[in-house]
Amino acid sequence: MQSGLRHRWFILFSIIPALLFVFGIVLYPLVQTFIYSLKNMDLLSDHQGQFVGLNNYTHALMDSDVWSSIGRTFYFSGVSITLEMILGLLIALLLNEKLRGIAFLRSIIILPWAVPTIVNAAMWKWIYHPEYGALNGLLMQLHLISEYRPWLSSPWLAMNMVIVADVWKMTPFVAVFLLAALQMNNKSIYEAASIDGASIIRRFFTLTLPFLKPTILVLIVMRTMEAFKVFDLIYALTQGGPSNGTMVIIYKAFIETFSNLQYSNGATLSYLIAIIIGILTIVYVKVLKLEEGA
Amino acid sequence: MKSKSLSVVQCTFGIMVAFCTLAPFAWLFISSISYQVDLQEVPIRWLPHRITFERYINIFTNSKNEIAYAFRISMFNSLKVAASVTLIALVIGGLAAHVFAKFDFKFRQGFVYLFLFTYMIPSVVIVIPLYLFFQKLGMLDTKFTLTVLDLTFAIPFVIWIMQSYFRHLSKDFYEASALDGCSRLQTLWLVVVPIVRPGILATTIFVFLLSWDEFFFSLLFTSSLNAKSISVAISEFSGKHAVDFGMVATGGILAALPPLLIAIIFQRFLVSGMTAGGVKE
Repeated sequence: MQSGLRHRWFILFSIIPALLFVFGIVLYPLVQTFIYSLKNMDLLSDHQGQFVGLNNYTHALMDSDVWSSIGRTFYFSGVSITLEMILGLLIALLLNEKLRGIAFLRSIIILPWAVPTIVNAAMWKWIYHPEYGALNGLLMQLHLISEYRPWLSSPWLAMNMVIVADVWKMTPFVAVFLLAALQMNNKSIYEAASIDGASIIRRFFTLTLPFLKPTILVLIVMRTMEAFKVFDLIYALTQGGPSNGTMVIIYKAFIETFSNLQYSNGATLSYLIAIIIGILTIVYVKVLKLEEGA
Repeated sequence: MKSKSLSVVQCTFGIMVAFCTLAPFAWLFISSISYQVDLQEVPIRWLPHRITFERYINIFTNSKNEIAYAFRISMFNSLKVAASVTLIALVIGGLAAHVFAKFDFKFRQGFVYLFLFTYMIPSVVIVIPLYLFFQKLGMLDTKFTLTVLDLTFAIPFVIWIMQSYFRHLSKDFYEASALDGCSRLQTLWLVVVPIVRPGILATTIFVFLLSWDEFFFSLLFTSSLNAKSISVAISEFSGKHAVDFGMVATGGILAALPPLLIAIIFQRFLVSGMTAGGVKE
């Protein structure tokens, strides 16, 4: 019998590099940020700050700007994930059919997902360009608009255009993920159902959707965590503007910290985000466990 | 039997999906080979009547063009950082993932969740102390620092994905190789690694894409061409007024090319990698 000691050494040897590395550079800043959030640090006045307890938190939670940026984060996440799920499901169902040209569509569908976020943002910024943009050109030629529009100049419209860019990039991910699940599905049930005369819509709601439910749940939680952290896209497309129309909570934390140099305020907002993400992580793990049990 | 109207709907939808997927790429490419004057034409002209590859040539050959030079250097920076991150994360994360998946010990589950949480928390939460720390060391704006920072999310990511691959492995392999006199490391290298090779390949691709795409740390921690990544170079340039749209498009095409090629060549592995992250534990 191998000695338990060697067993233990092997485990230690394997996990210590990862532990040292990740917790060495993550845990320390994580704690430090929390301490900042309890102080009144402000780089403009250059003082190290005194402890102010939970003052920063109560301030942040009473600030209507903070709440509206949380609201925008929810709007962004909610709308983009809903669209990605519906479109992704429809595309996955289409790709699962045997039709002419489906092989081609399958091979190209993943491409938008592979595009780096910043390139994606720069590309859409160019497409949305108020004077020379392709979107204006296309809609004009289709006679859907009568004059060129500035797509990123009004708060609400800008947010929706950011969502379009996100949906373009992430729908393929959802579609491919769901397609992989569909392909594990048992075809014979479908054939039996269609011989029984069940309509395609009925089959979808009684067979496909229940089968995909766990995968959909996993996707929703995964996408929610990512959508809550949306930063790159906003930075490159709108910088939080116009008039804070796309100021999501992460972007606000970033501005507070690096433009306004209010370290403590930035740290407080960051921690509020970390708490939300922490809750979502727990939900995610729960959902995965549920799926495994099912 | 399928009804005719359904086929029509499917066909139309398929064409729309194909159009929406490909049109932005096509426009980006057309913009990159058009003259600036032609891009500013109103009404828009979809197919340019003359084309130029000058911007591509500028980026690849050593010219005096400042922006082209910045794009080239920052591409190489991104490549070096992404390659180092991928390699280190695979070794360190892979070792840990293997143990988490196959061995039982105290706090195992707790560690796994802790790693998952470190992967999930947004970088903005840890960035201020890290910035002050590296500033004190005089190590801002280096590829080394950027690599270290990227590893903070790359290692947990590898652990999370890889353990689902290791988990499917039968215990029998371990017993058989132990009987043959293999040490645990030998077992890992000679038996386990060859079996989970597809999983390793999928993880490699994902980590590479993840670090190639990384923006937040590069934005804050790099300032010169010494370490600046291609994403930062593109966002800086496209943020300026009166930009050369064609140049942004060219940089974009080149920055998107490595991940796009990877996605096309390794599609099969990508799909298995995507789903691996979302199941089990």
